[in-house]
Amino acid sequence: MGKNPSEIKNKDVRTKMFIALKKEKDKAKKKQKLENKNKPKQIPKTIENQRVKDETFVTDLQNDPELVFDMNTDEISKQLNRKKRSKTDDDTDMTQEEFDAKTSSENEEELSDDDESDDESTDPKILITTNDIKIGFKTYKFCRELSRILPNADYFYKKNVRLSKIIPAAVQRNYSAILVVNENRKEPDGLMISLLPEGPTMNFKLSSLRLSDEIKNGGGFTKHKPEIIMNNFNTRLGLQIGRSFATLFPTDPQYEGRHAITFHNQRDYIFFRHHRYIFRNAQKVGLQELGPKFTLKLRSLQKGTFDKKFGEYEWVQKRHEMESNRRKFSI
Amino acid sequence: MQQDDVIWGIINGQFCSFKVRTKTQKFCRNEYNITGLCNRASCPLANSQYATVREEKGVCYLYLKTVERAAFPNKLWEKVKLSRNYEKALEQINRNLIYWPKFLKHKCKQRFTKITQYLTRIRRLTLKSTKELVPLKRKIERREKRRENKALVAAHIDQAIEKELLERLKKGTYGDIYNFPMTAFDKVLEEEELSDNEEVEYEKNTDSGAFEMENEMEGDESDEETREFVADFEESDEEIEEMDKKFDDNDEGEIDSDYDEEEEADISDSELLGEDDGIDEDDEDMEDNKKGKRPSNLKEVRNNKKKKANDRKTVLSGKKPVKIEYETERNTNKKNGIKINNKNKKLSF
Repeated sequence: MGKNPSEIKNKDVRTKMFIALKKEKDKAKKKQKLENKNKPKQIPKTIENQRVKDETFVTDLQNDPELVFDMNTDEISKQLNRKKRSKTDDDTDMTQEEFDAKTSSENEEELSDDDESDDESTDPKILITTNDIKIGFKTYKFCRELSRILPNADYFYKKNVRLSKIIPAAVQRNYSAILVVNENRKEPDGLMISLLPEGPTMNFKLSSLRLSDEIKNGGGFTKHKPEIIMNNFNTRLGLQIGRSFATLFPTDPQYEGRHAITFHNQRDYIFFRHHRYIFRNAQKVGLQELGPKFTLKLRSLQKGTFDKKFGEYEWVQKRHEMESNRRKFSI
Repeated sequence: MQQDDVIWGIINGQFCSFKVRTKTQKFCRNEYNITGLCNRASCPLANSQYATVREEKGVCYLYLKTVERAAFPNKLWEKVKLSRNYEKALEQINRNLIYWPKFLKHKCKQRFTKITQYLTRIRRLTLKSTKELVPLKRKIERREKRRENKALVAAHIDQAIEKELLERLKKGTYGDIYNFPMTAFDKVLEEEELSDNEEVEYEKNTDSGAFEMENEMEGDESDEETREFVADFEESDEEIEEMDKKFDDNDEGEIDSDYDEEEEADISDSELLGEDDGIDEDDEDMEDNKKGKRPSNLKEVRNNKKKKANDRKTVLSGKKPVKIEYETERNTNKKNGIKINNKNKKLSF
């Protein structure tokens, strides 16, 4: 077709030419479409795909003897293993210890040493307090909700007592962890989790908090032990954090409660969610959010319990080193 | 004493390096001043007899100045350490200033109480836990907020949770709590794979329930008669004759209406059999919820009704070729007849 069909003056010929042209074009289009179909789908580039390789990234947990050994011997494993043991006469132990603590102050240390070896409490016992003496209403509510979610947790007003004094007292009373909520501008903005008696201590920035009554269509709360979902805790640091989160909850969840608490790590932000689920069938799950929900970001990880002066920091967030690259994550 | 007046005259009238003038008042910056004000009574320079209380590193001292020592500037002030006990210290002040002017006595005590108060306040504050203030940079906060939101979008948290939960369900962490694990599904699969006999049963289920029932009822009779048309002609010969009469009238609607009662009975039967039908449904879509099944069963029941009605029509019309000669109808009937025969064969197995 050398000639442009629009230049042809005979209408009949022109239309025929046009039709022929159109057909050719359509054919070409169809061909192109087929080719596109056969091509493999391109994988979009995401930050997760392009993540800078981390040496401590754990791909195969079971086949890493060194890691397994570490995990079986560190402080967190002590707590986890302690809880797996059967609970027999825990209550009597507790009262005895408290009684002893009251009567003789000298024997306390010996007693507490003994307790570590044969402590048989299955549930973790958690103490929740705040950083400030006077706290806003929202912080108070948040603390209350935390104490509701975590089974066997007690919330105490922080009187004019230093944390360095609270911690040994809590250890004496057999608490397995202490949570300290930090407040700024009458809203909680930080959370410190310290496992007792041996640590580690984690300091988090807390953001985008929504309490359960602020969540739309939120469900009611039931006193069942929740099950825990840990997502994306893949590096050594991540594993450590994930496992220490796990120590806050009992290891024998009550499945009939259908509660699931999720710690989802994405790009170093840890999203906390609390859901009630239902299996609609073997392929479908329904979720109802119960709240509260918030986001945590690790600021520092300290060995041992909280000690500001002489504490040994295993990991501290250094903005200029760590966040210069957007695709570099540490958890 | 006259000297004092001269000094005061100069300080008040001309110049004093310790004097601070404000709009309303004059203040004194001299460390020995007991009130801090610039006036005749509390000026440490213009009074040769003077007393004051000072605090040095948490300890209070009573300073005394007398006329006798005015000539020795290096020994001008007499320093008396005050007891830590407040009451004792007051007694000490009383004793040392026994014949002194009342103004100085009173002011010394006042100053001492003030000092002890601020000392205790210092001690209390130092014991109190202090907060470390961490500067929050607005730009960085904003950036972190933005990244958090993006991470939240990228996380697909709900999907991740659902996936994890389903994995747990598959692994069997929930034990016997949930009723739709693979066992029920496998059972149904096995049933599907079973022999043709099973299939026949299925077809029975899908066909009208009444059909079977009547077959069973008339099973004895059918044995006596010829085998081929047994299932088709459930009705007795008398009925057929009646039917033929009606067909002569060429009114099919009436025939249907005559059998309404029987149809209703059929429906009830099929409802009874509805549970079996439900299993058939399970073969097709196991994924449906239990709640989802019921309506589908109802639909099936309705379909069965329609089927039955159709079957009945075919059964009835199957008789037509015997008596009436309509070519078109015959063809259709033949087809129907064949179908029914096939069914009969299956049934007779």
